[in-house]
Amino acid sequence: MAGKVIFDENRCKGCELCTTVCPFNLVVMNKERINIKGYHPATVKDMDKCSGCASCAKICPDVVIKVEREK
Amino acid sequence: MAKELWKGNEAIAEAAIKSGCRFFFGYPITPQNEIPEYMSLRMPQEGGCFLQAESEVAAINMVYGAAGSGARVMTSSSSPGISLKQEGISYIAGAELPCVIVNIVRGGPGLGGIQPAQSDYYQACKGGGHGDYRLVVLAPSSVQEAVDLTQEAFDIADQYRMPVMIMGDGMIGQMMEPVEFREVAKRQLPDKEWATTGTKGKRKANVINSLFIDPAECEKHNNKLFAKYDEITKNEMRVEEYKLEGAEIVFVAYGTTARIVKNAINTLEKEGIKAGLIRPITLWPFPYASIEAAAEKANVKAFLTVEMSMGQMVDDVKIAASGKKPVHFYGRTGGMVPTPAAIVEQVKKILGGVK
Amino acid sequence: MAVIFEKTKALTDKTFHYCPGCTHGIIHRLVAEVLEELNLTDNAIGVAPVGCSVFAYDYFNCDMHEAAHGRAPAVATGIKRVHPDNAVFTYQGDGDLASIGCAEIVHAAMRGEKFTTIFVNNAIYGMTGGQMAPTTLIGQKATTAPLGRDENHAGLPLKVSEMLATIPKAVFVERVSVHDVKHINQAKKAIKKAFQLQMEGKGFTLVEVLSTCPTNWGKTPVESLKWLQENMMPYFPLGNFRTPEEV
Repeated sequence: MAGKVIFDENRCKGCELCTTVCPFNLVVMNKERINIKGYHPATVKDMDKCSGCASCAKICPDVVIKVEREK
Repeated sequence: MAKELWKGNEAIAEAAIKSGCRFFFGYPITPQNEIPEYMSLRMPQEGGCFLQAESEVAAINMVYGAAGSGARVMTSSSSPGISLKQEGISYIAGAELPCVIVNIVRGGPGLGGIQPAQSDYYQACKGGGHGDYRLVVLAPSSVQEAVDLTQEAFDIADQYRMPVMIMGDGMIGQMMEPVEFREVAKRQLPDKEWATTGTKGKRKANVINSLFIDPAECEKHNNKLFAKYDEITKNEMRVEEYKLEGAEIVFVAYGTTARIVKNAINTLEKEGIKAGLIRPITLWPFPYASIEAAAEKANVKAFLTVEMSMGQMVDDVKIAASGKKPVHFYGRTGGMVPTPAAIVEQVKKILGGVK
Repeated sequence: MAVIFEKTKALTDKTFHYCPGCTHGIIHRLVAEVLEELNLTDNAIGVAPVGCSVFAYDYFNCDMHEAAHGRAPAVATGIKRVHPDNAVFTYQGDGDLASIGCAEIVHAAMRGEKFTTIFVNNAIYGMTGGQMAPTTLIGQKATTAPLGRDENHAGLPLKVSEMLATIPKAVFVERVSVHDVKHINQAKKAIKKAFQLQMEGKGFTLVEVLSTCPTNWGKTPVESLKWLQENMMPYFPLGNFRTPEEV
């Protein structure tokens, strides 16, 4: 697919709202990392499947996510 | 300009307009109603805005908004209404906004009465609202002085970025006297670079605020406010000294009461008793130095503070006299006005006691 | 690659102080995006009240006033009367607007003050620690209603939008929610409309946004979205209560 999401990891508070809206269930919490705030930050495990719909970015309360898409 | 007969409240309102005040937010309460009434007619004529708010609480917060937006703005009320404004006044002082607040004082506590009083001295000079702050408090003793001080109040407010209160008793607001609207001396006033106007993309965002969640920052802010208050004490303290030369009795009185005291002084003079008056024109900053100097003089036997209250300013007179001379008090309250004869009587009692 | 979504310039870079999953952050972003899209950031003056959004002046990249609890509509009145051509908005919570500031909001609406109010309803006092709000639901527990709100004791939750919609000069009143992407999009549309009508000088505009408070509701952020949907939306129905065409 054609999308890409970029997480400003240290802004993430680990609330998991973004994980509830992805149409392909791509957004997960990265249990292997702890960010500067002490949370497991959100991440995308399989970026190839991202459509760039920006749903995750729109529900993120902390403006963590930037979304790009191929033209 | 020839003198014209003006009612105190209306004269204050016109003086504000002549000082460039273009925004007025108020709420009806006796005995100051002529101020909002006058403003409601005059402001639109000058392209300004009069708005009758839903409460005194709202009115003072409209003042906060307008002052923060860079406008010359005023509100007026009387004692119970001024109580309601205290929260807003504290915020205005905290956020360092210039504005003028008129209090035409009536008797209290509670609903009290509608006749003249001076029982809001503590409220005006010793806090009123919460936190460490001051107001410049101007106390006119004639309608002319009310006009002059109103015009200057806006400049003082703008120069120091702080609220200024005109504290007149109900008598000043309600009586008519000859008035001349004079030009006040021009001050070099700072630009209001801090005002919210929209950034227009030309500067960083301005924030009007009194919140400092870090206690160290809050203390720093309070220290800054008080450095400013020291400056004002140096520059703006005003007092009238009347017949102090050789006086045995020194009155301390302000506003309407000071005029009654002058009458008593002249009566005493005819009877061979030398009395003088120290009249604070700024209740804050208070003229401690004048009283200290009088207390040092050998001819001064005692002070007599006269107020239309149960005794509020007398505390400051005692602080200034510092135990060097006795400080007596005579007051009427609840809207009662002291007579010259009663004041003369008090002096005779004091001198009898001293002799 | 084209950028589809990034942080609006109408927000500062400062990280929100809000608890994890609190939807205040979404609402802040929507307001800021609307300011940017309508080219109003340089022109806007916002008012941040007392409550969780007390630090809003740190987040919006425009001129701001902090205001005393409940007084934002009076402060905004003063600002807008001085600067009638600026975009003026208040951002108020339910304790601020529906309780202590009830008089100010009603009279600003009555006068048709030409500013926009964003009213965030999360049915609780957040900043002070979960006390009962005028919008707390019946049976909902709060630190000052430990057994749940009892209507015989504390009355029924106040429906602010419905109440304000009875005021002729409240020209735009809409209740929206931010519990999913579809509703977030609708919320943004309503906020945009409110600002557009303000700039057209139509009158008072208000958008009530149902919002979550995971911390004081005692729920996870994800559970909170569901709780909002299942409990708040039946009592506080979404929809438009006033548009200028009706006036």
